[in-house]
Parts: sequence; structure tokens; C-alpha cells
Amino acid sequence: MATDIKLFNSNDENAWCPGCGNFGILNSLKKAFSELDLLPHQILISSGIGQAAKTPHYINVNGFNGLHGRSLPPALGAKIANKDLKILVTSGDGDTYGEGGNHFIHNIRRNLDITHLVHDNQIYGLTKGQGSPTTAKGQVTTMQLDGVRVDPFNPLATAITMGATFVARSFSGDVNHLAHLIQEGMKHEGYALIDILQPCVTFNKVNTFKWYKDRIYKLDENYDPTNKMEAYKKANEWGDEGIPIGILYRNEDATSFVDRIPHLRDGKPLVDREWKPLDAKKFMEDFR
Amino acid sequence: MNYNKEFDNNTEISWCPGCGNFGILNALKISFTELDLSPKDILVVSGIGQAAKTPHFINVNGFNGLHGRGLPSALGAKSVNKSLKVIVTSGDGDSYGEGGNHLIHNIRRNIDITHLVHNNQIYGLTKGQGSPTTAMGQSTTLQSDGMKVDPINPISTAIALGCSFVARSFSGDINHLKEMIKAGINHKGYALIDILQPCVTFNRINTFKWYKDRIYYLDSEYDPFNKLKAFEKSLEWDDNIPLGIIYKEEKIEFLDRFPHLKGKKSLVDKSLDPKEAEQFIEEFI
Amino acid sequence: MNYNILIGGAAGQGVATTGKILESILKRKGYFVFTNKDYMSRVRGGHNFTQIRFGNDELYSHNSDLDIILAFNKETIINHSSRLKDNGIIICDYNIDTDNYTVNKLPLIETAKDVGNAKVFTSVAIGAILKAFDIEVNNTTNLLNKFFKDENLINLNYAALVRGYDMFKNVFTVSEPKLINKDTISINGNQAIALGALAGGVTFYSAYPMAPSTGIMKYLYSKSNSMNILVEQAEDEIAAINMAIGASYAGARSMTASSGGGFSLMVEGLGLAAITETPLVVVNVQRPGPATGLPTRTAQGDLGFVINSSQDDLPLMVISLKNHQDAFYQTIRALNLADKYQLLVIILSDQYLADSSSTIEKFNFDDIKIDRNIAKKNNCKYSDTYKRYEYTDDGISPRLIPGNHNNITVLADSHEHNEYGNIDESKKNRINMMDKRMNKIKLVKKDLIEPEYYGMNNPETLLVAWGSSEGSIKEALELLSKENVSIGALVFGDIWPLPIKKMIQYSNIAKTIISVEHNHSNQLAKLISQELQIKFTDNINKYDGRQFSGYELYKSIKEVL
Repeated sequence: MATDIKLFNSNDENAWCPGCGNFGILNSLKKAFSELDLLPHQILISSGIGQAAKTPHYINVNGFNGLHGRSLPPALGAKIANKDLKILVTSGDGDTYGEGGNHFIHNIRRNLDITHLVHDNQIYGLTKGQGSPTTAKGQVTTMQLDGVRVDPFNPLATAITMGATFVARSFSGDVNHLAHLIQEGMKHEGYALIDILQPCVTFNKVNTFKWYKDRIYKLDENYDPTNKMEAYKKANEWGDEGIPIGILYRNEDATSFVDRIPHLRDGKPLVDREWKPLDAKKFMEDFR
Repeated sequence: MNYNKEFDNNTEISWCPGCGNFGILNALKISFTELDLSPKDILVVSGIGQAAKTPHFINVNGFNGLHGRGLPSALGAKSVNKSLKVIVTSGDGDSYGEGGNHLIHNIRRNIDITHLVHNNQIYGLTKGQGSPTTAMGQSTTLQSDGMKVDPINPISTAIALGCSFVARSFSGDINHLKEMIKAGINHKGYALIDILQPCVTFNRINTFKWYKDRIYYLDSEYDPFNKLKAFEKSLEWDDNIPLGIIYKEEKIEFLDRFPHLKGKKSLVDKSLDPKEAEQFIEEFI
Repeated sequence: MNYNILIGGAAGQGVATTGKILESILKRKGYFVFTNKDYMSRVRGGHNFTQIRFGNDELYSHNSDLDIILAFNKETIINHSSRLKDNGIIICDYNIDTDNYTVNKLPLIETAKDVGNAKVFTSVAIGAILKAFDIEVNNTTNLLNKFFKDENLINLNYAALVRGYDMFKNVFTVSEPKLINKDTISINGNQAIALGALAGGVTFYSAYPMAPSTGIMKYLYSKSNSMNILVEQAEDEIAAINMAIGASYAGARSMTASSGGGFSLMVEGLGLAAITETPLVVVNVQRPGPATGLPTRTAQGDLGFVINSSQDDLPLMVISLKNHQDAFYQTIRALNLADKYQLLVIILSDQYLADSSSTIEKFNFDDIKIDRNIAKKNNCKYSDTYKRYEYTDDGISPRLIPGNHNNITVLADSHEHNEYGNIDESKKNRINMMDKRMNKIKLVKKDLIEPEYYGMNNPETLLVAWGSSEGSIKEALELLSKENVSIGALVFGDIWPLPIKKMIQYSNIAKTIISVEHNHSNQLAKLISQELQIKFTDNINKYDGRQFSGYELYKSIKEVL
């Protein structure tokens, strides 16, 4: 069974550059939702600020387009308020690993059941081409004219190290692969990180469609994503030696955040519960 | 072990008696003495927390800034005065919680700063809430039914991020700790030293005894330059906790990455001449 | 004589560059030029435009009535043709599908292809515009090399200019330019701030990309090698301000800037600068909020927030920038005042000023003084113990640089502290330290610059405005003076602490007092009412994210009079 993919179309005019890698991600999202037999009202996409973060405007699901770097905290709040919502976060590399780096680390520790799509184009797009946390050292940008001077951030190795329970990489140029990973991430009961290689056709003239295509390879069935050390090794592969895409690490044994809190786990979502002011009256006794 | 008394000051110390911070304070003074440094050449930067009070209790230059923001202030100071030995002293909540983003991104910079994290696995100053390194399930004064989030592993995180010097020590072993601090200061780049430090008031699990029963020292056989081995080593915890330099990597230091700053005076010593900027006016004509 | 040209198209079509080239040609030909940009927060598509106004008198703002529309797409014609004057013209490529009968369809792209590269169609268009004014295209090659590095591209663009000139007709008459061989420059607000920072001795700058402030970082970064300074792109704005404070504590002149939410994130750092008495200049290039608001639009909505931007009371000075000259000179002044009083100085700019450029007199670098108010290396009166927060007659403690003096250490602290910088929670100390810091507000009052007054001597109506509203105020007053309206205006640059002399003086003269502000709640008027109990008769507000043009403001004033 699948829902009609057209249900997810939005009428808002799309502001991305023609040929932008974001289109592939948008299509993959719709495909994944449809194939998971979901309806728009069952899904929430939370985002920060940036080109990727405009996604909630271009797809017909619930959307919360919040502050730069702060896509994860409102997603956490929403999931706790309504655990029945399927929640995704869509934001870029600058938003997620730069401005929002601290939320990235600490939400991994919570293992909240959300799917986090990082549109990783290795550059700041909306602010016109400065180096981002994943821009290669030495790469020339519109600002760092003599090359970026800091080492790039390795999101996958960091996530595995931090104990993330689902760590994957995909490519916006391969909609089938990406849609499949999004579905797997959404089925995973816990925090799922999908770092998506996404060419920026305007500001990143190094990491182009061709650059990625020449380097990516798919992890095959012989690869064991439950082996943490192997996953860590894979996460350190980059560049000319090949870039693995697929699920690098997966741990289905960990308890998700909501399930760690018995009164959230058992019973209805918080939004559906009835609240009686009188229930708090018993605590008055403590102050007598 | 003796240290140069010029590092003492008269400030009354507000740490609890028996606090692990005393060992770290002494180790700092001994390290400075053995490295033959004078107070004016050292800057200790901190955030907020019990550990972050360190600049008040030692006679060196000090900048006691905002909670979580020790590293950025230290970066600013070091960037403009490279002759200062810059040390950051802050706790686990400050460094890994509030300031987590700065930790990540300063590792990427590899600026020549030695960062001492007084890791007592609890929030001390705010009276006992769980910190980023408190074990899952551990009860605290706030999380009375146990921590619900997984602890951060600072050592493996730093290694994954490409930190060029990652070490662990114990406030109960001043001898080991001062050797780590000296190695960290001598390391040209960002050096993270995570220091196991018992909180005698709020952490009744990770006590002096708890640590002593578990720690062991990395020997000369251990190769800190092997990243995968180091990563494996960093995952050891619970029954066996390795101390020593766990990971090292040769990497160009931050300020050396700017050819125009290399071999020049510190920026604070640059003479300021408004006319120097006049050359650019041509672009606007 | 002044004319108004609009160049419009989708993001990525070259609107901004075309505008820059035309602006440069007109300026070098000897005209006053004022250019402003209207763009969307996107990289491709949408609708962006640049408006270029030029003439033989000084220009202070844009104008809504258009003489020429150069349209790179159909949308530009649809959106702006209603603003075209009766004798105005529209120019576009002949492939653009429009039924507007006034349009001059020219073979821009075809000619560009014929010259050798379709992309230089924008230069063909510039050539046609120059012909419309009968301004010759000669002597423009040395200007084109400002925009293109490749010799071949320069030649292609020059050839395109000539072909465009030759294909069109003369439409407008222009008078002889007045500024030939005059020492003028054309600079935008962000560049002027950045150049001021370089002249004023900034050696450390840290920031995070945030429109519309990013241009300051970009300009400074591009000069960091030749000036031997450090410009660091921080991981977030919190890091940016704490880095700048660390660098300033260590002795370097440092600065940071942001906009909107980025400035909001810096707020705790502002308090840190204040309590540690670390000199710091922070530029807030305002944009409409709250939260993300309108990232690439303009507003004056942060005044109320900025003067109170901390927990508890803190000493700070706020300078708003009235124009491009201010952007340069006030940045330097802010740096000096920050050092003089060990003070936090916030500069309020806005998107309109940041992204508009104006022909102005060349900056004078000869009279700039840099006054650090810091003891020279190894030359201070202390032999051992130094008190960073020593009480003095005026409350300003001698400032030493860590590492510079034998046996001296410097301790700065974010808690309430005693003279040594050590934490001190006693009541007496708290009162003394608060008084010491807050006294800086009194001290800085001696350095305040009173608002600029424009208009008649004894006005019946007084306008009160601040910052970049100055341009439209001046033009509106010129229009009103032609109608003999008894009116004048006070425009505040220094805004906190509030300079009060002229405000009191003119409020006693005028019968009607009207505020003019680009915000919803008359923030300056409220501040003046609070400080001086002066009542405003009326308020003119604009908060649609766009700046008043002089004519627009003139009409608004007429409505309330």
C-alpha cells in the first residue's frame, strides 16, 4: 500500500537554484512518505535556517521552520508532546554541525525517535558561499579566498562515537537510495542521522555531482552495520579512496528517549491527555 | 613536590574540603614551576562552575568568563598574543554541555591551548544535577529516578574529531597529572586533558576509591599515534579506565596556518597606523 | 537634474553586477550616484532589483519614480512599470514576452553572442542606457578591469558596451557633470564600517555569516593578509563575541558584528564585556524581526532592545549610523571611545545603509588618531600587585595587557568582583563596583555628539529621526521648503546615552513634534519621552521592510500636517 505521492505537493514557489541537490532530497522525502503509506497530517518536518531549511515550505506536511541552528530542540519538544507524530529534521551542514553543533551532540545522547536529514553541500549556500564545517581544508570559497584553514568536521565518525543508533549516508543524486534510507531511518526507533551529499551548483565548484558520483560506492550485504569498530573505520573513508553510502551503523537494541520515561512510554501522547488543575492540589500538603 | 610560591595568591579558596580540584590546582603550579614559566607568561581562562574558579586561586593572568565560553575567549587571547601559554580550566558541564559546540570547533582549529576538563561527572556549583558525563541510570539531586540520557565519551569524541592531543589523568595522582599538563603545554596544538576528579559532595558513585579501583596507566608499549587503537582504547570504561596520552597526531597549529601571521610579532604588538588602510580607498574611486 | 534607473531580474541573472558597473561608470563620469539594492533571501530566481539614481546634486536616498527600467525578465516590467514617469522608458531583450507598448525591445543577447559571449548582454544593455543619456562609453576599459580580471573578458565587455551604445537613441538630456577630477568615492555601508575598522586599528575580528552584516566580515577577510590581522569565522555568534572579548582582554583592538537573531545570541557576551570592563565594539546591522523575520530587508527595530540588551543595568554607548561617512568615521570613534572608557559601544546600522552606496567625499586618513589608553610594554607604575579594577577618581582603572609587564598578572572576571578581579559578594563591594561601572554613562556624556539639525530656524513642526532615515529626511525637507512649510528635523546619531540639549531647545520652539522611524512602536520617541517627558504630536512609521524614499516621506509628512 502506498499513499498518493501528490498529496505531499505544496503550492509555494520554490526558491532553490535550478539543478540544486535539494530537489532530489525533496523528491526522496515524498517518495518515502508515500511508500510508508503515511498521510501529510501524520508527519512533522522541523528545520532551522538555510536553503535546506526551507524544505517545510515545499512539501505538504506539518512544518516548523524555526531558528538557525535550532531545528533539533523544537523537534524534541514536539515529539515529547505528541509521540505519535513522525518527526523529521531537515537542515544543512552549517545549521546542524556549525550553529547547532551542541544540539547535535546532545540529541544523540537522548536517542529520541526522529529522523535527521542533513543536506550536506559542504558550503554555506544562503549566505553566499562561505566555508561550512564540512568544507575541505584548503578549499577556496567566496570568503576564504586563500582556502579554508580549519579541518572539516566528520559527522558520521562523530555520531558513531557519540553513540548514535542509526548513522547513514546517502546522495541526493540517487533518489531511490535516499528514499530507501529515509524509510529505514523512520522505521528505526531512535535517533537516525542521514548525512546527504548534496551538490551546491552555485557556490561549491569542487564537490559537484560528478565529484560525488566518481567517489561514492554502496555498502553491500556483506557489510555488517552492527559492528561499531568497522563502522568507525568506514566513517573515516573519504575522498579519492571512495565514499561509502548506505547504513554505516545501526543499533536496534537501544531504548529511545520517550521509552526511557515510563509515564511518557505508557499511555496516550501528552497532547491527548486530559489535564485537571485539581491533580496538582495534593502537593499543597508538602508546604503545610 | 615543591612549586614556586609566586604562583600562590591570598584568595580564600571556596571549594569543599577534600575536593578533587585541589589536586589539579597543585599540579598546575608544579607544572608551571617545572616548565620554568613565570606568572606573567601564563593565562588561565575559564567559564563558570567550581573548576572555573581556578583563575582566582592561582597567581597568573586570568580570565574568568561566561559559562561554556572559556574556549572562545581563550582563542581570542591566544590569537592576538601567541607568547602567552594559554590554559583553559573548566568542568564537564561547562566544557561538554553548555560549551559543547566550542569544543568541537576548536578541535578543528588546533589552536595551541591546553584544555583541562575537571570531570567530576556531575554539576557541582548548581548542586548535583546530572552532567554530560554522568552515567545513564545514575540518580542525582534532580534526576532522582536516574539519568535518562547516555553519557558523552569526551576522549573518543575528541579522537573522532581529529584532536591532536588527547589525554586522561586523575586528580588523585598529582605526579601523573603534572606530567600530562606539561606534555599538553609542550604540545604545539590543542591539547585536551580530561581529568577524573571526585566531587565529594554531590557524586557519591564516582568517588576517589571508585576511580582508584579502576584506573590503570598506559605503558611505553602503547602507541598513541595509532588512531584506530586509540579509538578502541578510548571506549574502555567501567572496570578499566586507561590514564595517559591516549591519542596524538602531528598537525599544523592554527596560527601557523596563516602565512601572514607566521614569523611576525604577536598582533597585540603590531603598531597601529590608520594610513596603512588608505591603500584600499582606490577600489572605491 | 537627477535620473533614476532600475535594473531588475531574477537572483543569479547579474542584476547586482550590472548595477555596480553602471554605477561606477556614472560616478567616474563625474555624477553623484546613489544605489540601493532590493533582494530576496535566496540565491537563484525570485525578483531582485538595483536602483541607481544619479545627478549633479548630492543624493541622500533612492527615488521611487523611474526614468529607465532595464528588465532582465518579464516580472520586472510587471512589478515596476507603474512607477515609470510619463516620459520614462523600458529596455529589455527582444525575446522577453511582453505586451507593454512602451517597451524598447533590443537584440541584447543576440548582439552579445555576436560579440563573442551571450553573458555580456548586460554590458550591451549598459551601453544602450548610456546612449539614452548621451553619456559616452569611452575611457571605460580601465574601469572594467575592476570587475573582470581576464583581459579577454574586459575586451568583450567593452565591445558589448560600444555595440549597445550604437544600437540605441538619445532620450534624456543631462547637464555637464560637476565632479570631474574631484576626490570622491562610492562605497556601501558595510564596506565603510569595515574600512573604518581597518583604519581604526582592528586587529582581531570574529563573526558568523548573517545577512545583512556578512559584508563586513567578507571585506575584512579579503584585507586580512595585507593588513596582518586575524579574521575568524566562528562556529556561532556566541563564540564570535567571546572570541572578540578574549582578544580585547589580551590587548588587541577587536570587533564583531551580526544582525537579527545572531545579535540576540551575543547578548550574554555584551554583559561580559561590560562587567569585565573589556573594550568592545559590536555592530548590529539591523533587519526586520523578530526571530528570522525578513533577512535581507531593512528596519530600525532594535533600538529599544539594544540599549537594554543585558540582564541588569550595564554601561554602554549606542551610536546609530546616519550615512556612509558616519559608517567610516563613527566606527573609528567607537573604537577610541571603547578604549577610553573600557566600554561596550554598539553601532546600529541597517540593511538599507549596508547595501546602498553613495558618492561621497574621499575619507580623510590623515587626521585619524588611535588612542588606546593602555600602558606601554614594561612601562607601568606597578612593581608587583596590579588591581585590574582599581578605584580611581573617575572610575576608569588603569588597563594593562597580560604578559606585558614583569611580575604583573591581570585578572578579569564575569562575577561581581573586587578591585583585584576576585569574586566578592559583599554588599559594599557590589555597590561600589556598580557605581564605578555605571559612572561611565556620565563620563561618556561629555563625548556625546548632539543630533544634526536640518531645516528652518524656528520651525513650527519638528521631525525627530535617527540613523539612516537621515537621507530621506533631508530630501523630504528640501521638497517641503519649496512649499514654505515651517519645518525642521533633528536626526540622532549618538543615541544612548541620549543627547538632550538640542532636543530640549527645539521642543521648546516647535508646536508640533513628529517622530519618523522605521519601526512599529516609535522606539526613539518613546526613549525621548521617557528621558525628557517630551510629548510627540504624531508618529510616522514604516515597517514593511523597505526604506522611506525622500518623496514617500514627503507625502507621509504632508498627510499628518
